[in-house]
Amino acid sequence: MADPDMRENDEPLLVATSLSKSFGRIAACRDVSFALYPGEVLAIVGESGSGKSTLLQLLSGQLAASGGHVSYRMRDGVARDLATLGEAERRFLFRTDWGFVHQDPAQGLRMAVSAGANVGERLMAVGWNHYGRIRDTASDWLTRVEIDVARIDDAPRTYSGGMRQRLQIARNLVTEPRLVFMDEPTGGLDVSVQARLLDLLRSLVAELHLAVIIVTHDLAVARLLSHRVMVMKGGRVIETGLTDQVLDDPREPYTQLLVSSILPP
Amino acid sequence: MTAMIDIADAKKTFTMHLQGGIELPVVSGVTFQVNPGECVVLSGPSGAGKSSILKMIFGNYRCDSGRIGIRHRGALIDLAAAEPRQVLNVRRSTIGYVSQFLRAVPRVATIDVVAEPLIAGGMARADARARAGELLHRLNIPERLWQLPPATFSGGEQQRVNIARGFISDLPILLLDEPTASLDAANRTVVVALVAEKKRQGVAMVAIVHDDEIRHLIADRIVDVTSFAAAA
Repeated sequence: MADPDMRENDEPLLVATSLSKSFGRIAACRDVSFALYPGEVLAIVGESGSGKSTLLQLLSGQLAASGGHVSYRMRDGVARDLATLGEAERRFLFRTDWGFVHQDPAQGLRMAVSAGANVGERLMAVGWNHYGRIRDTASDWLTRVEIDVARIDDAPRTYSGGMRQRLQIARNLVTEPRLVFMDEPTGGLDVSVQARLLDLLRSLVAELHLAVIIVTHDLAVARLLSHRVMVMKGGRVIETGLTDQVLDDPREPYTQLLVSSILPP
Repeated sequence: MTAMIDIADAKKTFTMHLQGGIELPVVSGVTFQVNPGECVVLSGPSGAGKSSILKMIFGNYRCDSGRIGIRHRGALIDLAAAEPRQVLNVRRSTIGYVSQFLRAVPRVATIDVVAEPLIAGGMARADARARAGELLHRLNIPERLWQLPPATFSGGEQQRVNIARGFISDLPILLLDEPTASLDAANRTVVVALVAEKKRQGVAMVAIVHDDEIRHLIADRIVDVTSFAAAA
Protein backbone atom coordinates (compact mmCIF):
# COMPACT_ATOMS: atom_id res chain seq x y z
CA MET A 1 0.00 0.00 0.00
CA ALA A 2 1.40 3.39 -0.92
CA ASP A 3 1.82 5.67 2.02
CA PRO A 4 -0.44 8.68 2.16
CA ASP A 5 1.08 12.07 1.69
CA MET A 6 0.88 13.05 5.32
CA ARG A 7 2.31 16.26 6.55
CA GLU A 8 3.19 15.93 10.18
CA ASN A 9 1.04 18.86 11.28
CA ASP A 10 -1.98 18.06 9.15
CA GLU A 11 -5.40 18.49 10.65
CA PRO A 12 -7.76 15.53 10.85
CA LEU A 13 -10.60 15.28 8.35
CA LEU A 14 -12.95 13.40 10.64
CA VAL A 15 -12.87 13.00 14.42
CA ALA A 16 -15.07 10.56 16.33
CA THR A 17 -15.36 11.14 20.06
CA SER A 18 -16.81 8.54 22.46
CA LEU A 19 -19.35 7.32 19.90
CA SER A 20 -21.98 4.97 21.28
CA LYS A 21 -25.18 3.48 19.97
CA SER A 22 -27.72 1.30 21.71
CA PHE A 23 -30.72 -0.47 20.24
CA GLY A 24 -32.89 -0.93 23.30
CA ARG A 25 -30.75 -2.85 25.76
CA ILE A 26 -28.23 -3.91 23.15
CA ALA A 27 -25.10 -1.76 22.90
CA ALA A 28 -24.09 -2.05 19.25
CA CYS A 29 -21.26 0.41 19.53
CA ARG A 30 -19.49 1.55 22.70
CA ASP A 31 -17.18 4.48 23.28
CA VAL A 32 -15.36 4.62 19.95
CA SER A 33 -12.88 7.46 19.44
CA PHE A 34 -10.37 8.07 16.65
CA ALA A 35 -9.15 10.66 14.18
CA LEU A 36 -8.89 10.15 10.41
CA TYR A 37 -6.47 12.24 8.36
CA PRO A 38 -6.63 13.21 4.69
CA GLY A 39 -5.39 10.39 2.46
CA GLU A 40 -5.58 7.85 5.26
CA VAL A 41 -7.26 4.46 4.82
CA LEU A 42 -8.74 2.99 8.00
CA ALA A 43 -10.11 -0.54 8.04
CA ILE A 44 -12.68 -1.61 10.59
CA VAL A 45 -12.49 -5.37 10.99
CA GLY A 46 -14.42 -7.86 13.08
CA GLU A 47 -16.94 -10.63 12.63
CA SER A 48 -20.66 -10.23 11.91
CA GLY A 49 -22.42 -8.53 14.79
CA SER A 50 -19.26 -6.86 16.12
CA GLY A 51 -20.79 -3.43 15.49
CA LYS A 52 -18.68 -2.42 12.52
CA SER A 53 -21.56 -1.61 10.17
CA THR A 54 -23.36 0.32 12.91
CA LEU A 55 -20.19 2.33 13.43
CA LEU A 56 -19.99 3.09 9.71
CA GLN A 57 -23.55 4.38 9.77
CA LEU A 58 -22.83 6.57 12.79
CA LEU A 59 -19.71 7.98 11.15
CA SER A 60 -21.54 8.80 7.94
CA GLY A 61 -24.40 10.46 9.79
CA GLN A 62 -26.98 7.93 8.61
CA LEU A 63 -27.74 6.90 12.15
CA ALA A 64 -28.00 9.17 15.17
CA ALA A 65 -25.60 8.31 18.01
CA SER A 66 -26.85 7.60 21.54
CA GLY A 67 -23.71 9.27 22.86
CA GLY A 68 -20.63 11.07 21.61
CA HIS A 69 -20.20 12.92 18.33
CA VAL A 70 -18.53 13.04 14.94
CA SER A 71 -16.95 16.17 13.55
CA TYR A 72 -15.98 16.63 9.92
CA ARG A 73 -13.74 19.30 8.45
CA MET A 74 -15.67 20.83 5.56
CA ARG A 75 -14.03 22.08 2.37
CA ASP A 76 -13.85 25.57 3.86
CA GLY A 77 -11.58 24.16 6.60
CA VAL A 78 -14.15 24.49 9.39
CA ALA A 79 -14.85 21.39 11.49
CA ARG A 80 -18.59 20.83 12.00
CA ASP A 81 -20.45 18.45 14.29
CA LEU A 82 -22.47 16.14 12.00
CA ALA A 83 -25.43 16.19 14.36
CA THR A 84 -25.79 19.96 13.90
CA LEU A 85 -25.90 19.80 10.09
CA GLY A 86 -29.26 20.34 8.48
CA GLU A 87 -30.73 17.62 6.27
CA ALA A 88 -29.91 19.62 3.12
CA GLU A 89 -26.31 20.16 4.20
CA ARG A 90 -25.90 16.50 5.01
CA ARG A 91 -27.33 15.47 1.64
CA PHE A 92 -25.01 17.91 -0.07
CA LEU A 93 -22.02 16.37 1.71
CA PHE A 94 -23.11 12.95 0.50
CA ARG A 95 -23.40 14.14 -3.09
CA THR A 96 -20.08 15.97 -3.19
CA ASP A 97 -17.39 15.50 -0.57
CA TRP A 98 -18.35 11.97 0.50
CA GLY A 99 -18.86 8.70 -1.25
CA PHE A 100 -20.47 5.54 0.02
CA VAL A 101 -19.73 2.20 -1.63
CA HIS A 102 -22.25 -0.44 -0.59
CA GLN A 103 -21.61 -4.15 -0.59
CA ASP A 104 -24.63 -4.60 -2.85
CA PRO A 105 -24.24 -2.33 -5.89
CA ALA A 106 -28.04 -2.28 -6.31
CA GLN A 107 -28.16 -0.15 -3.16
CA GLY A 108 -25.76 2.43 -4.53
CA LEU A 109 -26.88 2.47 -8.17
CA ARG A 110 -30.08 3.07 -10.06
CA MET A 111 -30.37 -0.27 -11.76
CA ALA A 112 -32.79 0.71 -14.51
CA VAL A 113 -31.09 3.82 -15.88
CA SER A 114 -27.98 3.82 -18.05
CA ALA A 115 -24.44 3.59 -16.67
CA GLY A 116 -23.71 7.03 -18.10
CA ALA A 117 -26.70 8.50 -16.27
CA ASN A 118 -25.66 6.79 -13.04
CA VAL A 119 -22.33 8.60 -13.15
CA GLY A 120 -23.71 11.82 -14.64
CA GLU A 121 -26.41 12.13 -12.01
CA ARG A 122 -23.85 12.96 -9.29
CA LEU A 123 -22.43 15.70 -11.52
CA MET A 124 -25.86 17.18 -12.24
CA ALA A 125 -26.54 17.20 -8.51
CA VAL A 126 -23.61 19.56 -8.07
CA GLY A 127 -24.76 21.87 -10.84
CA TRP A 128 -23.22 20.50 -14.05
CA ASN A 129 -25.65 21.09 -16.89
CA HIS A 130 -23.70 20.71 -20.12
CA TYR A 131 -24.78 17.37 -21.58
CA GLY A 132 -21.64 16.86 -23.68
CA ARG A 133 -19.29 17.55 -20.80
CA ILE A 134 -21.23 15.29 -18.47
CA ARG A 135 -21.13 12.48 -21.01
CA ASP A 136 -17.41 12.97 -21.65
CA THR A 137 -16.64 12.90 -17.94
CA ALA A 138 -18.83 9.82 -17.46
CA SER A 139 -17.03 8.02 -20.34
CA ASP A 140 -13.72 9.01 -18.85
CA TRP A 141 -14.70 7.51 -15.51
CA LEU A 142 -16.01 4.30 -17.06
CA THR A 143 -12.59 3.88 -18.67
CA ARG A 144 -10.84 4.53 -15.37
CA VAL A 145 -12.81 1.74 -13.72
CA GLU A 146 -12.13 -0.56 -16.68
CA ILE A 147 -15.65 -0.59 -18.15
CA ASP A 148 -15.90 -0.62 -21.94
CA VAL A 149 -17.31 2.77 -23.00
CA ALA A 150 -19.48 0.95 -25.55
CA ARG A 151 -21.60 -0.11 -22.55
CA ILE A 152 -22.30 3.48 -21.45
CA ASP A 153 -25.95 3.41 -22.54
CA ASP A 154 -26.70 0.04 -20.96
CA ALA A 155 -28.34 -0.15 -17.57
CA PRO A 156 -26.33 -1.77 -14.74
CA ARG A 157 -28.88 -4.55 -14.43
CA THR A 158 -27.30 -5.91 -17.63
CA TYR A 159 -23.83 -5.77 -16.01
CA SER A 160 -21.96 -8.52 -14.16
CA GLY A 161 -21.43 -8.22 -10.39
CA GLY A 162 -17.86 -6.99 -10.76
CA MET A 163 -18.85 -4.39 -13.38
CA ARG A 164 -21.67 -3.14 -11.20
CA GLN A 165 -19.28 -2.68 -8.31
CA ARG A 166 -16.83 -0.78 -10.52
CA LEU A 167 -19.66 1.39 -11.79
CA GLN A 168 -20.70 2.16 -8.23
CA ILE A 169 -17.14 3.26 -7.54
CA ALA A 170 -17.11 5.51 -10.62
CA ARG A 171 -20.41 7.07 -9.56
CA ASN A 172 -18.95 7.84 -6.14
CA LEU A 173 -15.63 9.21 -7.27
CA VAL A 174 -16.78 11.43 -10.13
CA THR A 175 -17.36 14.41 -7.80
CA GLU A 176 -13.85 14.03 -6.35
CA PRO A 177 -14.87 13.33 -2.77
CA ARG A 178 -12.31 13.60 0.01
CA LEU A 179 -13.79 10.79 2.10
CA VAL A 180 -15.30 7.50 0.96
CA PHE A 181 -17.07 5.01 3.21
CA MET A 182 -16.99 1.40 2.02
CA ASP A 183 -19.05 -1.42 3.44
CA GLU A 184 -17.57 -4.81 2.43
CA PRO A 185 -16.93 -3.58 -1.14
CA THR A 186 -15.52 -6.92 -2.30
CA GLY A 187 -18.05 -9.12 -0.49
CA GLY A 188 -20.06 -11.39 -2.72
CA LEU A 189 -17.64 -11.25 -5.67
CA ASP A 190 -15.66 -14.12 -7.16
CA VAL A 191 -12.04 -14.26 -6.01
CA SER A 192 -10.62 -13.23 -9.39
CA VAL A 193 -13.09 -10.35 -9.66
CA GLN A 194 -12.20 -9.34 -6.10
CA ALA A 195 -8.49 -9.15 -6.90
CA ARG A 196 -9.15 -6.89 -9.86
CA LEU A 197 -11.42 -4.62 -7.83
CA LEU A 198 -8.91 -4.38 -4.98
CA ASP A 199 -6.18 -3.46 -7.42
CA LEU A 200 -8.34 -0.75 -8.89
CA LEU A 201 -9.39 0.62 -5.50
CA ARG A 202 -5.82 0.62 -4.32
CA SER A 203 -4.54 2.71 -7.20
CA LEU A 204 -7.52 5.11 -7.22
CA VAL A 205 -7.21 5.74 -3.47
CA ALA A 206 -3.51 6.59 -3.83
CA GLU A 207 -3.94 8.71 -6.98
CA LEU A 208 -6.86 10.73 -5.65
CA HIS A 209 -5.41 10.99 -2.12
CA LEU A 210 -8.72 9.73 -0.72
CA ALA A 211 -9.46 9.17 2.93
CA VAL A 212 -11.34 5.90 3.27
CA ILE A 213 -13.14 4.13 6.09
CA ILE A 214 -13.66 0.56 4.99
CA VAL A 215 -15.60 -2.09 6.85
CA THR A 216 -14.48 -5.61 6.05
CA HIS A 217 -14.32 -9.01 7.66
CA ASP A 218 -11.55 -9.97 5.25
CA LEU A 219 -8.13 -9.31 6.76
CA ALA A 220 -6.47 -9.71 3.36
CA VAL A 221 -8.52 -6.74 2.11
CA ALA A 222 -7.49 -4.75 5.18
CA ARG A 223 -3.83 -5.59 4.58
CA LEU A 224 -3.95 -4.64 0.94
CA LEU A 225 -5.87 -1.38 1.26
CA SER A 226 -5.48 0.13 4.71
CA HIS A 227 -2.83 1.99 6.64
CA ARG A 228 -4.46 1.47 9.99
CA VAL A 229 -6.98 -1.00 11.44
CA MET A 230 -9.45 -1.04 14.29
CA VAL A 231 -10.51 -4.48 15.49
CA MET A 232 -14.06 -4.55 16.86
CA LYS A 233 -15.70 -7.06 19.13
CA GLY A 234 -18.97 -6.71 20.99
CA GLY A 235 -19.33 -3.07 19.93
CA ARG A 236 -15.93 -2.06 21.28
CA VAL A 237 -12.63 -1.33 19.59
CA ILE A 238 -10.38 -3.91 21.24
CA GLU A 239 -7.18 -3.27 19.32
CA THR A 240 -5.95 -0.59 16.96
CA GLY A 241 -2.70 0.31 15.23
CA LEU A 242 -0.80 0.22 11.96
CA THR A 243 -2.25 -2.51 9.78
CA ASP A 244 0.95 -4.53 9.50
CA GLN A 245 1.58 -4.17 13.26
CA VAL A 246 -1.82 -5.46 14.20
CA LEU A 247 -1.78 -8.30 11.66
CA ASP A 248 1.84 -9.40 12.20
CA ASP A 249 1.99 -8.81 15.96
CA PRO A 250 -1.59 -9.09 17.25
CA ARG A 251 -1.92 -8.63 21.00
CA GLU A 252 -5.51 -9.31 21.93
CA PRO A 253 -6.78 -12.89 22.11
CA TYR A 254 -9.57 -12.15 19.64
CA THR A 255 -7.21 -10.50 17.13
CA GLN A 256 -4.86 -13.47 17.42
CA LEU A 257 -7.79 -15.74 16.68
CA LEU A 258 -8.78 -13.69 13.60
CA VAL A 259 -5.21 -13.61 12.28
CA SER A 260 -4.62 -17.31 12.92
CA SER A 261 -7.74 -18.17 10.96
CA ILE A 262 -6.38 -16.82 7.66
CA LEU A 263 -5.17 -19.40 5.21
CA PRO A 264 -1.56 -18.77 4.18
CA PRO A 265 -1.29 -17.24 0.68
CA MET B 1 29.03 11.18 15.01
CA THR B 2 25.27 11.29 15.32
CA ALA B 3 23.75 7.82 15.23
CA MET B 4 20.92 7.13 12.77
CA ILE B 5 19.61 4.26 14.88
CA ASP B 6 19.89 4.31 18.66
CA ILE B 7 18.23 1.36 20.38
CA ALA B 8 18.20 1.22 24.16
CA ASP B 9 17.05 -1.69 26.30
CA ALA B 10 14.32 -2.82 23.90
CA LYS B 11 12.32 -5.87 24.88
CA LYS B 12 9.87 -8.08 23.01
CA THR B 13 7.72 -10.94 24.24
CA PHE B 14 4.92 -12.72 22.43
CA THR B 15 1.90 -13.74 24.45
CA MET B 16 0.16 -16.63 22.71
CA HIS B 17 -3.42 -16.33 23.89
CA LEU B 18 -4.59 -19.25 21.77
CA GLN B 19 -2.02 -21.53 23.44
CA GLY B 20 -3.19 -20.89 26.96
CA GLY B 21 -1.43 -17.55 27.27
CA ILE B 22 2.12 -18.91 26.95
CA GLU B 23 4.71 -16.15 27.14
CA LEU B 24 7.33 -16.46 24.45
CA PRO B 25 10.29 -14.23 25.29
CA VAL B 26 12.02 -13.05 22.11
CA VAL B 27 14.71 -10.53 23.07
CA SER B 28 15.45 -8.19 25.94
CA GLY B 29 18.04 -5.53 26.68
CA VAL B 30 18.60 -4.86 22.98
CA THR B 31 21.03 -1.95 22.88
CA PHE B 32 23.15 -0.79 19.95
CA GLN B 33 23.68 2.13 17.62
CA VAL B 34 24.22 2.45 13.90
CA ASN B 35 26.00 5.41 12.34
CA PRO B 36 25.58 6.86 8.86
CA GLY B 37 27.50 4.89 6.24
CA GLU B 38 27.82 1.89 8.53
CA CYS B 39 26.51 -1.64 8.02
CA VAL B 40 25.85 -3.58 11.20
CA VAL B 41 25.27 -7.30 10.74
CA LEU B 42 23.24 -9.16 13.35
CA SER B 43 24.62 -12.59 14.14
CA GLY B 44 23.29 -15.53 16.07
CA PRO B 45 21.60 -18.86 15.39
CA SER B 46 18.13 -19.23 13.92
CA GLY B 47 15.49 -18.29 16.45
CA ALA B 48 17.78 -15.91 18.34
CA GLY B 49 15.55 -12.99 17.38
CA LYS B 50 17.45 -11.35 14.53
CA SER B 51 14.43 -10.86 12.27
CA SER B 52 12.36 -9.74 15.25
CA ILE B 53 14.86 -6.98 15.97
CA LEU B 54 14.67 -5.79 12.35
CA LYS B 55 10.88 -5.76 12.60
CA MET B 56 11.08 -3.78 15.83
CA ILE B 57 13.29 -1.19 14.12
CA PHE B 58 10.80 -0.97 11.24
CA GLY B 59 7.88 -0.52 13.64
CA ASN B 60 6.31 -3.74 12.43
CA TYR B 61 6.61 -5.44 15.84
CA ARG B 62 5.71 -3.47 18.91
CA CYS B 63 8.13 -3.34 21.86
CA ASP B 64 7.14 -4.16 25.43
CA SER B 65 9.63 -1.60 26.72
CA GLY B 66 12.75 0.28 25.73
CA ARG B 67 13.45 2.77 22.99
CA ILE B 68 13.86 2.51 19.22
CA GLY B 69 15.49 5.83 18.45
CA ILE B 70 15.43 6.79 14.78
CA ARG B 71 16.91 9.97 13.32
CA HIS B 72 14.06 11.21 11.13
CA ARG B 73 14.39 14.53 9.30
CA GLY B 74 17.09 15.68 11.69
CA ALA B 75 15.34 14.83 14.96
CA LEU B 76 15.50 11.65 17.03
CA ILE B 77 12.10 10.05 17.47
CA ASP B 78 11.20 6.96 19.46
CA LEU B 79 9.49 4.59 17.09
CA ALA B 80 8.43 2.34 19.98
CA ALA B 81 6.16 5.12 21.22
CA ALA B 82 5.22 6.74 17.88
CA GLU B 83 1.71 7.19 16.52
CA PRO B 84 0.82 5.12 13.43
CA ARG B 85 0.99 8.21 11.21
CA GLN B 86 4.49 8.98 12.46
CA VAL B 87 5.60 5.43 11.77
CA LEU B 88 4.27 5.74 8.21
CA ASN B 89 6.09 9.04 7.76
CA VAL B 90 9.32 7.47 9.02
CA ARG B 91 8.88 4.58 6.60
CA ARG B 92 8.21 6.91 3.71
CA SER B 93 11.17 9.18 4.17
CA THR B 94 13.65 7.44 6.47
CA ILE B 95 13.59 3.62 6.76
CA GLY B 96 13.52 1.08 3.95
CA TYR B 97 13.12 -2.62 4.58
CA VAL B 98 14.03 -5.52 2.34
CA SER B 99 12.09 -8.44 3.71
CA GLN B 100 13.02 -12.07 3.24
CA PHE B 101 10.17 -12.67 0.83
CA LEU B 102 8.44 -10.49 -1.69
CA ARG B 103 4.90 -9.63 -0.73
CA ALA B 104 3.56 -8.19 -3.94
CA VAL B 105 0.06 -7.18 -4.88
CA PRO B 106 -1.48 -9.55 -7.42
CA ARG B 107 -1.66 -8.25 -10.99
CA VAL B 108 0.88 -5.43 -10.57
CA ALA B 109 3.71 -5.50 -13.13
CA THR B 110 7.24 -6.08 -11.84
CA ILE B 111 8.44 -2.70 -13.06
CA ASP B 112 5.65 -1.00 -11.10
CA VAL B 113 6.30 -3.09 -7.98
CA VAL B 114 9.86 -1.75 -8.05
CA ALA B 115 8.95 1.84 -8.98
CA GLU B 116 6.16 2.17 -6.41
CA PRO B 117 8.23 3.55 -3.49
CA LEU B 118 9.47 6.38 -5.71
CA ILE B 119 5.98 7.18 -7.03
CA ALA B 120 4.67 7.19 -3.46
CA GLY B 121 7.45 9.64 -2.66
CA GLY B 122 6.20 11.96 -5.39
CA MET B 123 8.38 11.10 -8.39
CA ALA B 124 6.78 11.15 -11.87
CA ARG B 125 5.79 7.66 -13.04
CA ALA B 126 8.03 7.71 -16.14
CA ASP B 127 11.13 8.73 -14.18
CA ALA B 128 10.41 6.19 -11.46
CA ARG B 129 9.99 3.43 -14.05
CA ALA B 130 13.23 4.42 -15.73
CA ARG B 131 15.10 4.03 -12.45
CA ALA B 132 13.32 0.77 -11.72
CA GLY B 133 14.40 -0.50 -15.14
CA GLU B 134 18.07 0.36 -14.47
CA LEU B 135 18.02 -1.51 -11.19
CA LEU B 136 16.21 -4.56 -12.62
CA HIS B 137 18.74 -4.60 -15.42
CA ARG B 138 21.62 -4.53 -12.95
CA LEU B 139 20.06 -7.38 -11.02
CA ASN B 140 19.80 -9.44 -14.22
CA ILE B 141 16.01 -9.53 -14.50
CA PRO B 142 15.44 -9.74 -18.27
CA GLU B 143 13.37 -6.93 -19.75
CA ARG B 144 10.77 -9.34 -21.14
CA LEU B 145 9.70 -10.06 -17.54
CA TRP B 146 9.25 -6.45 -16.47
CA GLN B 147 5.61 -6.20 -17.53
CA LEU B 148 4.63 -9.42 -15.75
CA PRO B 149 3.60 -9.64 -12.10
CA PRO B 150 6.39 -11.32 -10.10
CA ALA B 151 4.07 -13.96 -8.58
CA THR B 152 5.13 -16.64 -11.08
CA PHE B 153 8.87 -15.87 -10.92
CA SER B 154 11.42 -18.21 -9.36
CA GLY B 155 12.50 -17.65 -5.74
CA GLY B 156 15.74 -16.00 -6.80
CA GLU B 157 13.98 -13.71 -9.27
CA GLN B 158 11.41 -12.65 -6.69
CA GLN B 159 14.21 -11.95 -4.24
CA ARG B 160 15.94 -9.71 -6.79
CA VAL B 161 12.70 -7.83 -7.49
CA ASN B 162 12.40 -7.36 -3.74
CA ILE B 163 15.96 -6.06 -3.52
CA ALA B 164 15.37 -3.65 -6.40
CA ARG B 165 12.25 -2.34 -4.66
CA GLY B 166 14.17 -1.94 -1.39
CA PHE B 167 17.23 -0.26 -2.87
CA ILE B 168 15.48 2.10 -5.28
CA SER B 169 14.72 4.87 -2.78
CA ASP B 170 17.29 7.21 -1.32
CA LEU B 171 16.42 6.56 2.31
CA PRO B 172 18.98 7.15 5.07
CA ILE B 173 18.29 3.80 6.81
CA LEU B 174 17.99 0.38 5.19
CA LEU B 175 17.16 -2.92 6.89
CA LEU B 176 18.11 -6.11 5.05
CA ASP B 177 16.76 -9.51 6.03
CA GLU B 178 18.77 -12.20 4.22
CA PRO B 179 19.05 -10.26 0.96
CA THR B 180 21.31 -12.83 -0.71
CA ALA B 181 19.75 -16.06 0.56
CA SER B 182 18.47 -17.43 -2.72
CA LEU B 183 20.84 -15.73 -5.14
CA ASP B 184 23.58 -17.14 -7.33
CA ALA B 185 27.18 -15.92 -7.10
CA ALA B 186 26.83 -13.29 -9.83
CA ASN B 187 23.78 -11.71 -8.24
CA ARG B 188 25.30 -11.86 -4.75
CA THR B 189 28.15 -9.77 -6.13
CA VAL B 190 25.63 -7.22 -7.44
CA VAL B 191 24.04 -6.96 -3.99
CA VAL B 192 27.43 -6.48 -2.34
CA ALA B 193 28.12 -3.64 -4.78
CA LEU B 194 24.72 -2.06 -4.09
CA VAL B 195 25.40 -2.18 -0.34
CA ALA B 196 28.82 -0.56 -0.86
CA GLU B 197 27.16 2.25 -2.87
CA LYS B 198 24.63 2.85 -0.11
CA LYS B 199 27.48 3.08 2.41
CA ARG B 200 29.21 5.71 0.32
CA GLN B 201 25.94 7.66 0.27
CA GLY B 202 25.95 7.59 4.08
CA VAL B 203 23.10 5.12 4.50
CA ALA B 204 22.95 3.34 7.87
CA MET B 205 22.19 -0.37 7.44
CA VAL B 206 21.30 -3.31 9.64
CA ALA B 207 21.50 -6.68 7.93
CA ILE B 208 20.98 -10.36 8.57
CA VAL B 209 23.28 -12.49 6.43
CA HIS B 210 24.05 -16.13 6.99
CA ASP B 211 26.65 -16.46 4.25
CA ASP B 212 30.07 -15.92 5.91
CA GLU B 213 31.67 -14.62 2.76
CA ILE B 214 28.98 -11.99 2.15
CA ARG B 215 28.96 -11.03 5.81
CA HIS B 216 32.70 -10.46 5.65
CA LEU B 217 32.27 -8.27 2.57
CA ILE B 218 29.51 -6.00 3.89
CA ALA B 219 29.82 -5.88 7.70
CA ASP B 220 31.52 -2.96 9.39
CA ARG B 221 30.56 -4.33 12.77
CA ILE B 222 28.85 -7.44 14.08
CA VAL B 223 26.28 -7.36 16.85
CA ASP B 224 25.79 -10.74 18.51
CA VAL B 225 22.09 -11.20 19.16
CA THR B 226 22.62 -14.09 21.63
CA SER B 227 23.65 -11.44 24.17
CA PHE B 228 20.05 -10.18 23.98
CA ALA B 229 18.58 -13.61 24.68
CA ALA B 230 15.48 -13.05 26.74
CA ALA B 231 15.41 -14.78 30.11
CA ALA B 232 12.65 -17.39 29.85
